[in-house]
Amino acid sequence: MNIIETSHLSYDYIRHDEEGNVEGTTRAVSDVTLSVKPGQFIAILGHNGSGKSTLAKHINALLLPSEGTVFVDGMDTREEGHLWDVRQTAGMVFQNPDNQIIGQVVEEDVGFGPENMGVPTKEIWERVEESLKAVGMYAYRKYSPNKLSGGQKQRVSIAGVLAMHPKCIVLDEPTAMLDPNGRKEVIRAARALNEVEGVTILLITHYMEEVIHADTVLVMDEGRVVMQGTPREVFSRVEQLRQLRLDVPQVTLLAYELQKSGLPLPDGILTADELTAELTALREKQERKAKKEKACH
Amino acid sequence: MSLKLEHVSYLYGTDTTLPVRALDDICLEIPDGQFIGLIGHTGSGKSTLVQHLNGLLEPSEGILSYNGRNIWEKDFPRKELRSKVGLVFQYPEHQLFEVDVFSDVCFGPKNLGLSKEETERRARRALELVGFPEEFYGQSPFELSGGQKRRVAIAGVLAMEPKILVLDEPTAGLDPRGRDEILGQIAHLKKETGISVVLVSHSMEDVANYVERIVVMSHGKILFDDVPRNVFGHVKELEAVGLAAPQVTYILHKLKESGFDVDTQATTIPEARDEILKAMKVEKTC
Repeated sequence: MNIIETSHLSYDYIRHDEEGNVEGTTRAVSDVTLSVKPGQFIAILGHNGSGKSTLAKHINALLLPSEGTVFVDGMDTREEGHLWDVRQTAGMVFQNPDNQIIGQVVEEDVGFGPENMGVPTKEIWERVEESLKAVGMYAYRKYSPNKLSGGQKQRVSIAGVLAMHPKCIVLDEPTAMLDPNGRKEVIRAARALNEVEGVTILLITHYMEEVIHADTVLVMDEGRVVMQGTPREVFSRVEQLRQLRLDVPQVTLLAYELQKSGLPLPDGILTADELTAELTALREKQERKAKKEKACH
Repeated sequence: MSLKLEHVSYLYGTDTTLPVRALDDICLEIPDGQFIGLIGHTGSGKSTLVQHLNGLLEPSEGILSYNGRNIWEKDFPRKELRSKVGLVFQYPEHQLFEVDVFSDVCFGPKNLGLSKEETERRARRALELVGFPEEFYGQSPFELSGGQKRRVAIAGVLAMEPKILVLDEPTAGLDPRGRDEILGQIAHLKKETGISVVLVSHSMEDVANYVERIVVMSHGKILFDDVPRNVFGHVKELEAVGLAAPQVTYILHKLKESGFDVDTQATTIPEARDEILKAMKVEKTC
């Protein structure tokens, strides 16, 4: 069974005038059909206002579809009786860590979710411990959250979601406010959860480098999914991405520029290692050719 | 015309038992017409430094002078300084409040006590400088896209006609195109007006692509103050303080290790491309 299944999902934001009458609607998500298997790492790209966050908010029933359906682990999000189960299955982490931390001590903050779910005290502590260990923040369990760096706070936010034992975590631009180290920490934690614990991850981001390890990349524009594929497939389309106000990882861009300057490199190079390997192979070929020519003369 | 910090230190919580030294012996000069990048990990003291630049915070030790005059002298016109040094905070669009774009940009100069004509002239010019289309001047700022809102907020500060513009992460949360547009516009207005720009950023790529000088902060001190090529040559030191070099620099290091003859000091994509093309050229032997 798919963990997330949307079918022709559309969502309209309704604008009201001062008297509360409907002035008009804006379609933020439009006819999105999508299925995510358990344990997948999905990245969602798209420019500001392309509908990424609106889509994400459907996955834990913060928003309900105007048209179409969303099923989370087999539960229809529109059914009120499922609300808490849906939210427990799909957790969310937002952009600003300061808006998501409420506890005075790290471990209390992480325990807040399971406590609200009525988990027995002993088990709460077990969950807090394992969640903090999973994101590498166990050593900071007695700290006050306001003594932590942005990346650390964001990892505590993830642990807080993790303690509710979700099958799926949606991360909505979790690194937008972090410094390079903080970004690395958070992405590393998300990948570890995915690979080790098998948690399904949906990552929304504007940093192209963060998605190269994803199983599937979705690109959104005007509320629709306009591109879908492996990172290599998606990032091979440099010009199309640019038209969508997006970018490609710096390595991919460099390879693309070299290609344009006449070097025969393949499309969609994603890492520095790949580029080095390709250039080394190319150079060896050139040297062989040069030797051959020399031998002919 | 310049802003100069001499041995500036700043302590938070001096009335407690655990004062924190957020700035530690900072010496820095911001001359006219320079594009400066200010980088540092979270908590390195960047924001504290920035708040000193227009007199929002008073140094605990040391002197901050503008055009040779200590700004904390008794009769120094600090209100005027605040119009000379414009600060654009993170997520400046949260500070928009007026009913339409044009009134919002007019708010600053109007408060300086300028005439209506002068206020409007400045607002028009500021909006022009950030590339905001005139047909939307009458629109509510809250109905604009994220990138457009940010332009309006920056215009609001520009309308004060500052000599130094300080931007704290002006591109956070913007999509790649929005980021390029805002930075391009800032570079353009810097060229156009000859003002100095201080760009606080977490993106090493942005800093490498736009600025001519980088100031690196760590634990309240200045670690490096140099041109980008030289600063990003210190990859190990930057990583040790939670920063990084631009990604192309890492690629060039990798290539160098694999025996390519490339200059690892290139920091932008075009520079790296040219280096690689040069290294890939096979010597014509006959």
